[in-house]
Amino acid sequence: MSGGASSYTKTMANRRRPWTGDSLFLIHNLILKDIKVRYRNMSLGVLWSLLNPLVMMTVLWFVFTKIYPNRIPHFAAFVLCGIVPYNVFTICWLSGTTSIVENAGIVKRVPVDRAIIPLASVLGNCVHMSAQIALLLLLVLATGLGMNRNWVWLIVIWGLAIAFITGLSLLFSAFNVYVRDTRYVVESVNVVLFWLVPIFYPFSIVPSQYHEIYQLNPVAALVLASRNILLEGVAPPASLLIKLALSSILMLFLGLLVFRKLEPRFYNYL
Amino acid sequence: MTSGTAIEFREVWKAFHHHTDRLLLRSHLRNLVSAGDAREPFYALKKVSFRMERGESLAVVGANGAGKSTLLSLVAGLVPPDRGAVNVNGRVAALFELGSGFHPDLTGAENVRLNAALLGMDRKRLNAVFAEIVEFAELADFMAEPLRTYSSGMAMRLAFSVAVNVDPDVLLIDEVLAVGDHAFQAKCFEKILDFRRQGKTILCVSHATGMVQRLCSRAIWLDHGDVMLDGATSEVIDAYEGRLRSNTGS
Repeated sequence: MSGGASSYTKTMANRRRPWTGDSLFLIHNLILKDIKVRYRNMSLGVLWSLLNPLVMMTVLWFVFTKIYPNRIPHFAAFVLCGIVPYNVFTICWLSGTTSIVENAGIVKRVPVDRAIIPLASVLGNCVHMSAQIALLLLLVLATGLGMNRNWVWLIVIWGLAIAFITGLSLLFSAFNVYVRDTRYVVESVNVVLFWLVPIFYPFSIVPSQYHEIYQLNPVAALVLASRNILLEGVAPPASLLIKLALSSILMLFLGLLVFRKLEPRFYNYL
Repeated sequence: MTSGTAIEFREVWKAFHHHTDRLLLRSHLRNLVSAGDAREPFYALKKVSFRMERGESLAVVGANGAGKSTLLSLVAGLVPPDRGAVNVNGRVAALFELGSGFHPDLTGAENVRLNAALLGMDRKRLNAVFAEIVEFAELADFMAEPLRTYSSGMAMRLAFSVAVNVDPDVLLIDEVLAVGDHAFQAKCFEKILDFRRQGKTILCVSHATGMVQRLCSRAIWLDHGDVMLDGATSEVIDAYEGRLRSNTGS
């Protein structure tokens, strides 16, 4: 008998065999599972995921128009432009961070490419959060701001943001296997981010010496770009787009690099 | 003839380190200060070498902690060896720890799709064998029901049906197949014998049972990570059981 050389696979010291299954089919099924499991036990379904941004928007609107009045036009839409990117970012990052530990059963039983697990977690949450993005767009239309051709930029900035979150989730999901405190660090950082991202205040009141640092924060960049597009009807400035693109690509590479380094020993720590 | 090799272990070492208390930041910091964990690693496999031809069926026998499960997880590709090389030729199906990814809130059909994708099946193959999976599990009436309504026997039957439909070249079996009732167990065993007749490679791990003797022509006896004996099944099992008797007798 001869042949079969094509399927010859070899495992040398400290390296696992590459996974030969259908990655796209697996990601598809993992996302479907995420969504089905989430909504099957909720009688109100999607409404729950819309309730949080609506309540937050109402509270912030009340505080900053009735208690501390301000002169920002369309304040409700302005605030929602901040809340939705913040929610997407924090929820994807946190569930991405815990994804490997929570799917220990998969890591310990099947030799799938481990990077698929945080990736599917981020993408699944993006599908889940698209209801909030739709809510934001509807509110902008209801405010009477209308659609404009710069909406096309939304696809670019959200694509870059998802790349950034995926890189971040790869990095932190690997850390979380070795140090289980990681998820609490992420939770704390998310609380701090709520104040450091211009959600309920405009970027223009941030002192100019901090502008550079603010734009390097991809969540802030996402919020600012969303406001450019949805509220002002202009394309985001090139400087902001370049910073967002660079930080996203760098984070994705860094995340993959660290993940591949740490992945061979996941099995021992789960 | 190298092209006929299904599985090859060349001087494989695999150790497990003691790190049960290292998962919190506190213990990581303590280890940094106190120059780490001085405990010796535990060797599950020590310089293990063997080779299996395609179509061969081999049993690995040994007591608990002999390294049998570690050997299987190396072949399955779950862990890399510390030293040495593991070669596996072809698609592997593991008939142990069945049902990965099974979720109680998903229906039987949804769980089959997810589990099959995890086992490396693509969409085309799954669509082609889906009916076969359902038929073999004898669960046609329950595929639209959530898995939490299944008995544990039903869930295992479903998991086994998916695993055997991966179309493996190499089949890994751990212990006695305790899937479902006697009738279904007999059916599973028949399916495995079928694989053997088709010339698939079978690696079976066991405490030495009747099933192993019927299924495998060759056996390896592992003891604390060392290969004690490699030869014909009856010979190896006699030697292994002889040792067991002399241990309990003294």
